[in-house]
Amino acid sequence: MSGMLYLIPIALLLGLIGLGAFLWSLRSGQYDDLDGAAERILFDDEEDS
Amino acid sequence: MASLGDTAGAADLAVHARAHDNGEHSLELIVEGLHCGGCVRRIETALAQQPGLSLGRVNLTTRRLALRWQGAAARAPELARAVEQLGFHVVPYDAERLRSGDALAEKELLRALAVAGFAAGNVMLLSVAVWAGHAQDMGPATRGLLHWFSALIALPAIAYAGRPFFRSALAALRAGRTNMDLPIALAVLLAAGVSLWETAEGGPHVYFEAAVGLLFFLLIGRYLDRRARGKARGAAERLLALENRPVTVLRPDGTQARLPAEQIRADMTVLVAAGERIAVDARVRAGESELDNSLISGESLPVPAGPGDPVFAGTLNLAAPLTLEVTAVGGRTLLAEIVRLMELAEQRSAKYVALADRVARLYAPLVHSLALLTFLGWVLFAGVPWQTALLTAVSVLIITCPCALGLAVPAVQVIASGRLLGRGVLLKSATALERLATVDTVVFDKTGTLTEGRPELQGQALDPGGLALAASLAGASRHPLARALLRAAPEVALAEGVRELPGRGLTLPTEAGEIRLGSRRWCGLPEDASADGPELWLTAPDSAPRRFAFVDRPRADAAAVIAALEDSGLSVELLSGDRAAPVARVAGELGITKWRAACSPADKVAHLEALRARGQRVLMVGDGLNDAPALAAALVSLSPSSAIDISQTAADAVFQGRSLGPVLELLGVARRAEHLVRENLWLAFGYNALTIPLAMAGLVTPLIAAIAMSTSSLVVIANALRLGRAARAGGGR
Repeated sequence: MSGMLYLIPIALLLGLIGLGAFLWSLRSGQYDDLDGAAERILFDDEEDS
Repeated sequence: MASLGDTAGAADLAVHARAHDNGEHSLELIVEGLHCGGCVRRIETALAQQPGLSLGRVNLTTRRLALRWQGAAARAPELARAVEQLGFHVVPYDAERLRSGDALAEKELLRALAVAGFAAGNVMLLSVAVWAGHAQDMGPATRGLLHWFSALIALPAIAYAGRPFFRSALAALRAGRTNMDLPIALAVLLAAGVSLWETAEGGPHVYFEAAVGLLFFLLIGRYLDRRARGKARGAAERLLALENRPVTVLRPDGTQARLPAEQIRADMTVLVAAGERIAVDARVRAGESELDNSLISGESLPVPAGPGDPVFAGTLNLAAPLTLEVTAVGGRTLLAEIVRLMELAEQRSAKYVALADRVARLYAPLVHSLALLTFLGWVLFAGVPWQTALLTAVSVLIITCPCALGLAVPAVQVIASGRLLGRGVLLKSATALERLATVDTVVFDKTGTLTEGRPELQGQALDPGGLALAASLAGASRHPLARALLRAAPEVALAEGVRELPGRGLTLPTEAGEIRLGSRRWCGLPEDASADGPELWLTAPDSAPRRFAFVDRPRADAAAVIAALEDSGLSVELLSGDRAAPVARVAGELGITKWRAACSPADKVAHLEALRARGQRVLMVGDGLNDAPALAAALVSLSPSSAIDISQTAADAVFQGRSLGPVLELLGVARRAEHLVRENLWLAFGYNALTIPLAMAGLVTPLIAAIAMSTSSLVVIANALRLGRAARAGGGR
């Protein structure tokens, strides 16, 4: 049972990291243009070639 | 299609550019005509060639272009032109001027949803351990530790994610009403409070997972609800953006100045370039031109304007510059009058109460009295300590909490609007589907709604030589009839040296003599009052005058749609601002027996009010500004996406494309959705009827509450998903 004492905080910490990552992606505008993002992946980068 | 007006507006884009500390300027533009990734790519590639541009990114969802560049604000028009050359129309978007609070609220909901989701998952994990512990002799110390962990996660999460509900419940209480959020807020707060008490006392049962899970499920419903209607904001924002176009004023000393529309006074003299939209009501002082009055009258053909003629705000000057004397500005223009008429009508019809709210009005007091009854019953008749009785009362609140009820309506609406969006129908109002399901009368406008709204050449049996000659001249003009000629003979080479005289016609000097294309008078022919509909005449030196007649054709499937509407028991009417003859012709062609012609916007509203007084529930379908008040006055309204912005704003739903079929589709989906919503509500009630007695008897442990709540939510969502399947099956036929 003593394993719980550190396993629960670790589990919570991992969950919090995930939550933090989501909130960060929301703040940095990654959900602002979902339609555009789906199309952009099909563009060629002409400057690089 | 970029019109000439864009450059006139573009000159003043610099006003909208915002300065930043590092010497950069930024500007947001609404891009019209943006459809796909290809458009995004073309715009961004063109902008990449502009020097000093640090940001040029198109948002395909909001149809906006964000620009940021080094140097002066005055570069804005140059950048906008780069986009307009590709054929897109841009309008400045001033975020501060528009209320963009909706977008913020959507983000707040998403953040709350994320926090609630995190908390619900983790608390549930801990709770499963506790429930397992009940069966396997978990020690009270371990159970207490897990409870404290749960409290640690749940309490901050509830404080954060519950705010949308607490705010709404508080606002309702202040106004002396109850709403759906009140029992939600009460249940969540009481459950958290009692659980904290139990945890501190070392008791066996806590309801943290129920409180957080409840928030999570309800936030999903709330977020879906908001997302479904978010897309509709665009039309209203575009309208507001169009309002602030500057006006060129001719001062008495002969100098010109560009002033914002709100600084224009009556008796000022203003200049309107060809292609510019007129911002005031005025009288023509000098110049001859043609005006596109479609915004005001709904008619697609240009009207000539010369000295002394009145012109109205919102009309488009097509052919040549005009000097105008201002007669009315701002709130006194005809345009403002129509908008006011529309707002009045809207106020009268805004009394519709959504089904979910009507249910909540009955539901909330019932739930609260049941909980109170449970508490009093246990304390007074069973003699248990008040803490235990309170716990039982709270479990009643949790089990009755309108979780399924909160999902029942949004889940159906989201799936219905998703289906409709795929077919080019955009639902704007949350209650549009409910209102559509009760409709028994459909009133159509003619031009642009039942018809395509653009003239087509009539009778293809003309001599091809004449048509080719006419089309070669017509290529020089932007006049709708000339365009229609060109569409009829697209492969014709355009003639060189054609001159256009505004309001009269086209002329081409040749060696043999002058060739003219234009009105009857322009071609030197006697007036004939019996001529029906718009026409063009062609005179060439070596042949007889030839006539080209045009008609505004009904949409291809209009007759079929109207027959289908009448078959399903709906009464169909036609209300038009046009003259009686063309209205009668269209009505006859489509088999509409009830029609009225020459209706002013006020006449249309009056007719709709009369229908309402007779107890009919009307769906209005229209597109022109003259329809906007009627759209607002009807129980529910629909407009094609080719309609002007004001009509799209007034309408509850907007449909795309050249076919009228979406009207049928919309009514069909609305009926199925209404059916499912009622089914869902009955499911939610059935579940309550089953569990409330258990809860009142004190038999509901946290485990049962959690299972009952999740299953009822899932059942309701699964039932809503049937709509999607039904629509798909229906579409396959």
